[in-house]
Amino acid sequence: MKRDRLIGAVLLVVALSAISGLALIAAFIFREGVPIILRVGAGQFFLSTDWEPSLGHFGILSMLGGSLAVTLGAAVIGIVFSLGLAIVLTQFAPPGLAAALKPAIELLAGIPSVVYGFVGVVTLVPLIRHALGGPGLSVLAASIVLGIMILPTITSIAIDALQAVPRSYVEGSIALGATRWQTVTMVLLRAARSGIVAAVILGMGRAIGETMAVIMVAGNALALPHSLLDPVRTLTSNIALEMGYASGDHRQALFATGVTLFVIITLLNTAALAVSRRRAGRRRVG
Amino acid sequence: MRVSPATSQRVAVGFMWALAAITFAVLVFILAFILAHGLPHVTWSFLTQSPTSMGREGGIFPMILGTILVAGLAVLVAAPIGVATAVYLTEYTREGRLTAVIRFGADCLAGVPSIIFGLFGFVFFAIALGMGLSVLSGSLTLALMVLPTIIRTSEEAIRAVPYAYREVSFGLGSTRWQTVIHVVLRSAIPGISTGIVLSLGRSISETAAVMLTAGSALRLPRSLFDSSRTLALHFYILAREGISMTNAYATASVLIIAILALNVLSYWLMRRFVAKVGR
Repeated sequence: MKRDRLIGAVLLVVALSAISGLALIAAFIFREGVPIILRVGAGQFFLSTDWEPSLGHFGILSMLGGSLAVTLGAAVIGIVFSLGLAIVLTQFAPPGLAAALKPAIELLAGIPSVVYGFVGVVTLVPLIRHALGGPGLSVLAASIVLGIMILPTITSIAIDALQAVPRSYVEGSIALGATRWQTVTMVLLRAARSGIVAAVILGMGRAIGETMAVIMVAGNALALPHSLLDPVRTLTSNIALEMGYASGDHRQALFATGVTLFVIITLLNTAALAVSRRRAGRRRVG
Repeated sequence: MRVSPATSQRVAVGFMWALAAITFAVLVFILAFILAHGLPHVTWSFLTQSPTSMGREGGIFPMILGTILVAGLAVLVAAPIGVATAVYLTEYTREGRLTAVIRFGADCLAGVPSIIFGLFGFVFFAIALGMGLSVLSGSLTLALMVLPTIIRTSEEAIRAVPYAYREVSFGLGSTRWQTVIHVVLRSAIPGISTGIVLSLGRSISETAAVMLTAGSALRLPRSLFDSSRTLALHFYILAREGISMTNAYATASVLIIAILALNVLSYWLMRRFVAKVGR
């Protein structure tokens, strides 16, 4: 018994490593990044599009705009495809086919982001350039590639949310004479709404944090985008592109870009957690 | 004109099937595209030789070794920590504030982007702890990155073990620890392995984090403190800098085959686990 208590204490210490890791990450990124934001001035850092490290100009507004644009674009594509997939797999597909398609979606999640970026740059980018004009490397290309990349995340969480809806809701609706599709839109999607919202928020977090694929297809131009066909640079690409040779203030400014990204992601994750917790709370009561 | 419910259902379901078909076609297209261009160039000498002139010629042997070292060590570090965390959460404590904090940490860590892991690994492991750009820095960074996956899958696997197993073990006079080791973990191993295999796949695929922590040296790593370029990073550099498209496709093919093999393995393990605990 005494030995068991000792083992429990050791396990507790080990179990704290995830949260300690998170704290360490936050501490080190903030320590490296926050001073330069204060030195440059938060207004200048976040609201200026002037990023010229050799002159000491550090404004990340272009990257903020770029990240926002590709994330929203990816969310639109991700939501349409994921919801369609989740609904068809849980409600309309014969069980055998659904069981065969799920590993395919998991495999989609396993493909390395560099491979997505590469296939995007050699197939999708020329297609956009010829069909729609512009350089091809664009918000549109990045949105499509990211939309496909976040599809497995959103789909799997949305499937869980749909499956968590009590069967009696669906049966009640069918018994009232609704078609399956009416049941989906009027009962299922409403009952599973918070789970689906959480799925979309987590998917957006994935999209805004993705790096290698975006570097390859987004064009990395330092300007706010005015159309879907404009090239953009995201917060993540800015870090990955310049870390290799940055030093001094420049390197610190890249860490400050990381701080910005970290804060955005933490807000998104907290929102997703809050939404899904509210759902769990409501289910307990109901 | 009002569309009848039956018609709108047909249109909606048709549209969703089309989306599913497109998704599946994209998956097949990506795999076929890479393998069709790359597989013909994956020869024995490509797998066993070192690259020459920055990867324009020669093979990818150092990158294969570097990938195995970085990803293997990452999982070797993360697996015991993750499984121990899962055991603590499921067998050694009640749900409370402490478990909420531990879960919150794991959930947040799972959402941190890989480039942030890269930045952290760079200032912490490479600079503050003096490990430099090395296999060790890269693998410790990746270990932290895959830790939440291992915790979550292990926890699910352990929870799926029927409670009756534990009761029988306690009834026979076993201590908690004996029960965990001989009964719970033994039954949960296939499920836990699924998470470990998935983490291995994620480590192999990762690029941004290893770029900033393991560096991009082309030579064979001689120790854990040597910099080593992984397959994914090598592929990125070959493709982005236009060094050799042929070798880029071939490297990507090797990467894709490794990922496919790991996915099949995890799928097989999962099925075995489900059959075993009888859900």
